[in-house]
Amino acid sequence: MIRIAWLVLKKDLTVEVRSLEIAYTTLFFAISCVLFFAFALVKEGKAPEDGAAGILWIAIAFAGTLALGRTFERERQSETLRALLMAPADRPAIYVGKLLGIIALLIAAEVVLVPLVAFLFQAPLLSHPFWLAGVLISGTIGFAAVGTLFSAMLVRARSRDVLLPVLLYPITVPVIIAGVRATAELLQPDVELSLVRFWMMLLIALDVVFVTLALWTFEPLMTD
Amino acid sequence: MVSIDFDELKAEDVSRHFGRRKALSRISFQTRTGSILGLLGPNGAGKSTMIAVLATLLRPSGGAIRYGAHTPAAAGAALRSRIGILGHDLFLYPELTARENLAFFAGLYGARDAHAAADAALTRAGLAERAHDPISSFSRGMRQRVALERSLIHGPRLALLDEPFTGLDDASTAALVARLRGLRDEGAIVVLATHDLDLAEGLLDEALFLRDGRMVDAVARPDALRSTYRAIMGRRS
Repeated sequence: MIRIAWLVLKKDLTVEVRSLEIAYTTLFFAISCVLFFAFALVKEGKAPEDGAAGILWIAIAFAGTLALGRTFERERQSETLRALLMAPADRPAIYVGKLLGIIALLIAAEVVLVPLVAFLFQAPLLSHPFWLAGVLISGTIGFAAVGTLFSAMLVRARSRDVLLPVLLYPITVPVIIAGVRATAELLQPDVELSLVRFWMMLLIALDVVFVTLALWTFEPLMTD
Repeated sequence: MVSIDFDELKAEDVSRHFGRRKALSRISFQTRTGSILGLLGPNGAGKSTMIAVLATLLRPSGGAIRYGAHTPAAAGAALRSRIGILGHDLFLYPELTARENLAFFAGLYGARDAHAAADAALTRAGLAERAHDPISSFSRGMRQRVALERSLIHGPRLALLDEPFTGLDDASTAALVARLRGLRDEGAIVVLATHDLDLAEGLLDEALFLRDGRMVDAVARPDALRSTYRAIMGRRS
């Protein structure tokens, strides 16, 4: 399973490095989103309190949806998804490979977004870098776990572009809320690390639930 | 993964419905290793659906496919490792080079040295000098040759080919015909869906004539394929 997941991940990253299609669109969209919020909310150099956490996660969620839509769209365009499903591998391994690819892309986007949000909203996002990295990674896994499954499920649906956010956002609301609350706590002058730890544990628990459910349902969803 | 093999392919009353549309209706046939079975019929006859069902990509709505003693439900991944499919779409990544595409699929099928397998496949396709060019820069015929090698890279027992002659020039067509005969001689079961009767002439050991998802007739060792086709398809259903 690990070997197949690695092959799929490596292939997806190679394709992305060649085309840079998802990276460019995701980053452009995320940066635009942050800039719009900055123009609207930052008045006379003063940003709204706690606003940076929400804006960071909104940008991640919107950009993530864009990336999720494209990753399986690519497999649909050249019908390579059928070839993947024909391979004598556990089908969840294909899901894991795709999931890791999405996570890698979103983390790359976050590397750009975090300093940008910190700069535009004067938010001390980098004052606890390891905690912030933990929160972002665990939140990204939960969001991408559900998104990758839905994206695969909708690959043959005609209105997949509309259906993906409609299905994805309600399910991932707990992930977004936990991510925003943990990030907002990290922006406080006196950070209460026990609270950050609580939200992060919740994110990890959600990750475990979402990834387990996705691995369990991927094979039946992709058959026929 | 447990290794399995089979020497017979059997379809028993196979039907496949898409909603109310019957793409296949009670198709039965049997074929053995070392033979080429042709699925012949006009557009919409159900040839591609039959190929997808045989490839385990679609579940039959009724009936069953047996691969020797094995069924897709029981054998799963082990059975898929013995099947190769060349679809109407070529299942290749346009951004990757020919070598990367073939090495990726060889890896998926568990090849010990995926790059060596890819190089050998490219030599068979006559495209070794284009190994490092992206597939998007290939002509349709060249892509078809790479796709054929992709479908056969793991040495499948059952080779399913849907319109394999599409886009090939005369030399490539002749090479493909020789390749298919070679597969038959090596003991593969080759199932070939085509509406190009001239190219299938003299190649098939058995022919299944389909129309509107139904099997109209089956002929062993068909000769004068075009006149046989006209005679069979001209019959009233």
